[in-house]
Amino acid sequence: MASAAETNTRDEASNNSEAAPDAIVVRFAGDSGDGMQLTGGQFTLSTALAGNDLATFPDFPAEIRAPQGTLFGVSAFQINFGSREINTAGDAPDVLVAMNPAALKVNLPALKSGGLVIVDTGEFSKRNLDKAKYDANPLEDDTLAKYDVLAFDISELTIQAVEPFGLGKKDALRSKNMWTLGLALWMFDRPREPIHNWLKQKFAKKPDIADANIAALDAGHAYGETAELAGPRSGAMRQTNMPPVDSEPGLYRTITGAESISLGLVAGAQLAELPMFFGGYPITPASAILHHLARLKEYGVTTFQAEDEIAAICAAIGASYAGSLGVTSSSGPGIALKTEAMGLAIMTELPLVIVNSQRGGPSTGLPTKTEQSDLYQAVYGRNGDAPMPVIAARSPGDAFECAIEACRIAVKYMTPVMLLTDGYIANAAEPWKVPDPSSYEPFPATFLTEKNGETLLPYARDEKGARPWIKPGTPGLMHRIGGIEKAQGTGHIDYAPDNHQAMTDARKHKVLGVTVPEQEVSLGQKGGKLAVVGWGSTFGPIHQAVRRMRAKGCDVSHIHVRHIWPLPANLGDLLNSYERVLVPEMNTGQFKTVLRDQYLVDAEPLTKTSGQPFQIAELEDAIGKYFDGIEGNEGGQVPVNDQQLPNLSAGYDSGSSKDMD
Amino acid sequence: MNAPAKIETTLKDWETDQEVRWCPGCGDYAILKAVQRTLPQLGVDPANTVFISGIGCSSRFPYYMESYGFHTIHGRAPALATGVKLANPELNIWLVTGDGDGLSIGGNHMMHVLRRNVDMQIMLFNNEIYGLTKGQYSPTSRVGTPSPSTPRGSVDAPANPCAFALGSGARFVARGFDVSKNLPDVLKAAHAHRGAAFIEIFQNCIVYNKDVFDDFAAPKGAEDRQLWLEDGKPMLFGSEKSGGVKGLALDTETLAFRVVDVPDGDWESAGVRVHNAKNRVTAHLLAELPFGPYPMALGVLYDDPAPTFSDSVIAEHEAASKGKEANLAKLLGTGQTWTVDGTAQDPV
Ligand SMILES: Cc1ncc(C[n+]2csc(CCOP(=O)(O)OP(=O)(O)O)c2C)c(N)n1
Ligand code: SF4
Ligand SMILES: [Mg+2]
Repeated sequence: MASAAETNTRDEASNNSEAAPDAIVVRFAGDSGDGMQLTGGQFTLSTALAGNDLATFPDFPAEIRAPQGTLFGVSAFQINFGSREINTAGDAPDVLVAMNPAALKVNLPALKSGGLVIVDTGEFSKRNLDKAKYDANPLEDDTLAKYDVLAFDISELTIQAVEPFGLGKKDALRSKNMWTLGLALWMFDRPREPIHNWLKQKFAKKPDIADANIAALDAGHAYGETAELAGPRSGAMRQTNMPPVDSEPGLYRTITGAESISLGLVAGAQLAELPMFFGGYPITPASAILHHLARLKEYGVTTFQAEDEIAAICAAIGASYAGSLGVTSSSGPGIALKTEAMGLAIMTELPLVIVNSQRGGPSTGLPTKTEQSDLYQAVYGRNGDAPMPVIAARSPGDAFECAIEACRIAVKYMTPVMLLTDGYIANAAEPWKVPDPSSYEPFPATFLTEKNGETLLPYARDEKGARPWIKPGTPGLMHRIGGIEKAQGTGHIDYAPDNHQAMTDARKHKVLGVTVPEQEVSLGQKGGKLAVVGWGSTFGPIHQAVRRMRAKGCDVSHIHVRHIWPLPANLGDLLNSYERVLVPEMNTGQFKTVLRDQYLVDAEPLTKTSGQPFQIAELEDAIGKYFDGIEGNEGGQVPVNDQQLPNLSAGYDSGSSKDMD
Repeated sequence: MNAPAKIETTLKDWETDQEVRWCPGCGDYAILKAVQRTLPQLGVDPANTVFISGIGCSSRFPYYMESYGFHTIHGRAPALATGVKLANPELNIWLVTGDGDGLSIGGNHMMHVLRRNVDMQIMLFNNEIYGLTKGQYSPTSRVGTPSPSTPRGSVDAPANPCAFALGSGARFVARGFDVSKNLPDVLKAAHAHRGAAFIEIFQNCIVYNKDVFDDFAAPKGAEDRQLWLEDGKPMLFGSEKSGGVKGLALDTETLAFRVVDVPDGDWESAGVRVHNAKNRVTAHLLAELPFGPYPMALGVLYDDPAPTFSDSVIAEHEAASKGKEANLAKLLGTGQTWTVDGTAQDPV
C-alpha cells in the first residue's frame, strides 16, 4: 500500500483474538440488484476518511441482470481495513452481511469461524430459500451455530424508515442497502455526513429519493445505537473503533487500477509533451480505462471507440505515426486480436502503449475474474522475432507509476510497450497518496525536422538504438514505412539476408537495452534460503505471507518484478544468491519459465488458476514447506479454494461487469 | 479536402526512386500514372499528402509516390488512416486497397471508415482476384471464376463494391477503370469532396484475371457499354455511329431504370433522367445496374457531403473541454480525498 511504511512487521489478518483487532475484514453480499457494490464503495470511502489503510475486492457476476435471488446472481464486496498497513482484501471475512439466502449460501463458507453474520430475515421466504437451494431455513437449524448471528427484518425496517416519502414498496426496498450501510457505519463508529453529502449530490435531481436514502441510512445507524444487539455470543455487536494507520502526511484519495492507469497515461503524455490518442473497444475489465479517458478531453486526450480491437490498435498506431502518443487497451482476447498490429508497430518502430487488463482465459474464459495468464502472450506471443518491453503493475496505485514508465519507454525507444494489469487491480480500490506531477522527470518527445544525412535516413539509430520520429506534414522529409523488412538507415524495402539479420538484431538489442532500474528485494535480503518471486497483483498476499514467515523465523525474502521484459540486469545474480526460488503466480507457471530460461535457475512454480487471488494463508503453507525439512514437498499447485470468494458466475461474457444500482 | 496554399508540382515530383515491381502490363501502372498526373493539377503539397495502404499488389502503391506513405497490414489501412486523420486533420490522405484487402479481410474497417465519414480518398483497386497471393478468387470474382482455390470455378456470389459503400453510408461513390482517360476527373471529384470518397477502380490483373473487364472497358464498343455520369446532365450512352444514342429512363412502376432509344438527340421526350449526384436512391440503382442489358455506370454515382468525422470529433472535443482547465495536479487529487489526520474534504 502506498500509504504506510514497508517496515511494518505486524500480521495482516486479525488472527489474534485476545487483543483488539488491528484489522477487520467485512464482506457485503447480496443479490446483484441490491446495490452491494455501492454500499461497499461508500463504506470504503468512510473507512478511508477514518484514516484506516484498506484494500477491497469487488466480486460480481458476469451477467448484467442475473435472475433475482439466484446463487449466480450474488454480488459481493469485500474490504479489509485496519490501523496498520493492509496489502490484500483479506482471506476470510470477520463480518458477513448477507442480504438474502443466496448471498448467505455462497459466502458463508468463507466466513471465519466465530465470525459475525448479519442477515435480512425479510428475504428468507420459502421462494428465496428454494432459489438458494436451501432445503431448510438456515436461520432455524444449526447452519449458523459456529457464528454470531444478527438476524432482523431489514426489509421491513427500511420500509418503515422511508414511509414518510410515500414511495412504492419496490422503490422503498431499494434503500435497503443504505439501511445496511447505516448499521455498518454505526458498528465502526463512522460519521454519516460524508455519505449524506454524497447521496445529496448523487440524487441532486431527485431530492425525495436522496431524502429517502438518507432516512434509511440514519435508521440503520439508529438501530445500531439503540437496539439490543447482543448476539448469542455476547458482544457480537459492539461498536469497534479502528484507530487510524500511521501514514505519511499528505493528501490521499481512494483509487482503482483503471483510474490510476488512466491518470498515469495522461501524466505520461504530458511528460512526453504529446497529445494522447486512445483507441479502444469495450471488453471487461479493460473498458473502465476507455470510460475514464473519454472524460478527460481537456487534457489533450482523444478517445476513439473503434469497430474492433484490431481497428483500435491500428488507429493508435496511425495516431503515433502522425505525432500523438498512441495508446490502446484491452484484455486477453482483444490483445490476441491486436497481435498482428503489434508486429507492425515493432517493424515501423513507432511508440505505442498497450494496456492488457488480464482476465481468466483462454477464449472468453472468466471475464470478470482475475488471472495472470497472458505473460507468454505479452513477452513471446507474436509472429517473427518481435521483441517488446513489458511492465507489470503490482497494485492500483502502482499502476500510475507503471503507466508513466510505459509512456517513457515507448517515446524514448520508439517501441510499443505492454503494460500488464489484471481484473483485480482494475477493480480494486486502495488509498493513494496523491503524487505531485511536477516531481516526475519529463521526457519530451523530439521530432525530426531536417534531413539527418545526405539523404533522409528514417531508420538511422541513436545511441539507444531508436530511430527518429518523423511526422507526416514535415516539409522535405517524405518517406515510406511499412511492415515489410526495410533496409538499415534508408528504410527502403530490403529482403536481403544480411539486412534482415542486422535489423532483427537491431530490434532485439534496442529492447534489451531499455534502461530498467535495479531489482530490489521488497522484504528480506539478498541471499539466503528462499526467495519468493512474484509479479503483478500477487504483491499483497506474497508480501504479507513472507512477512509472517519471517516473523516465525524463516529465512525467506520477497522479490517483486515490475520489468518483465527486459528483466533487470541484476536479477539473475540476485536469484542465484538464494538456495531456492519459489514463483507464485495465477497461471500455470509462465514467469517461472521465463526465469528458468533466462538464468538457468531452478525456479519452482506455485500456481493457482481458480480466478481468485492468492490467500495469504495458502502462500504461508507453501513457504512453510521449505522449512519443514521434507525434500520435494515444496511448490506445486494451490488447491482450488471454493470458499475463498464467491465464484459461481458462469456463462456468457456480457462485456460488462456492472452491478445494478 | 482542405486545400491550403496551392503548391506547384509536376508529375516527376511525385515519382520515387524505387523500382516499380508490378508485372509488366498490370493495370496498376496506369492508375499510378493517373494519380501522379492528377496531383499536380490539384496543387497539393507532397509533404502534406499521405498514401496509406493495406497488403496486396495494389497496396505497394505508396512506395512509388514521393509523399508520406504507410504500407500497413492486410485489410487494416482504413483503421490506421482514421487514427492518422484524427491526430492530424490537416493531412490529405489517400487510401489504397484491393478487392481482397478492402472487402474481404478489411470489409469491416471499410464499412466503418465510410459510415464515420473520415475525410480521405479511398481507391479500391478491383481486379476481381487476389493478385499478390497468386490468383485465388476474391469476394468480387464473378461466379464461375476458375482459380487455384476454385479449380472448377467459384460458386459464391460476388459483392458489389459501390453498393457496399452506399450501404455503409458513404457520401461519395464513384467508379473508373485503370486505363480510362476519365480517371483523373474522377480522382479530382473525390479530392474535392470533403469526407470519405470511395472510388472503385477496375484494374486489369494481366496475370491472374486477364481482361475480365474488357466486356465494358475495351475501346471497341465502349460508347455503348459505358455510361459516364455527370451531375446535372442526362444519362446518355451510345452514339449514332454505333447504332443509336440511348439513355436511362426511370420506370416508376418497377422503380428501376430502363434503357430507352433517344432519336434525334431529344432525350427529354425519350424520358431520359438527368443525373442528380445528390440522389441516394438513383445512386443505388446505378451501382446495381446489371451489366449486359445495361451499360456500366461510371464516374461519380453519388456526391452529397455530410459532416466529417474529424470535424465532429474536434467540435466535440472543444465543447467537452470548454471552460475546463487542464490541471493535472488538481485532477490527481480529484474525488473524495482526505488528509492523513482524517479530515474529509469536499468532493472537488
Ligand atoms: C493477415 C494476412 N493474411 C493473408 C495475407 C496474404 N495476402 C496478401 S495480399 C492478399 C490478397 C490481396 O488481394 P487484393 O486485396 O485483391 O490485392 P491485389 O493483390 O489483387 O491487388 C492476401 C490474401 C496477408 N498478407 N496477411
Ligand atoms: S499479379 Fe496481377 S495485380 Fe499483381 S502485379 Fe501482377 S498483374 Fe498486377
Ligand atoms: Mg485484387
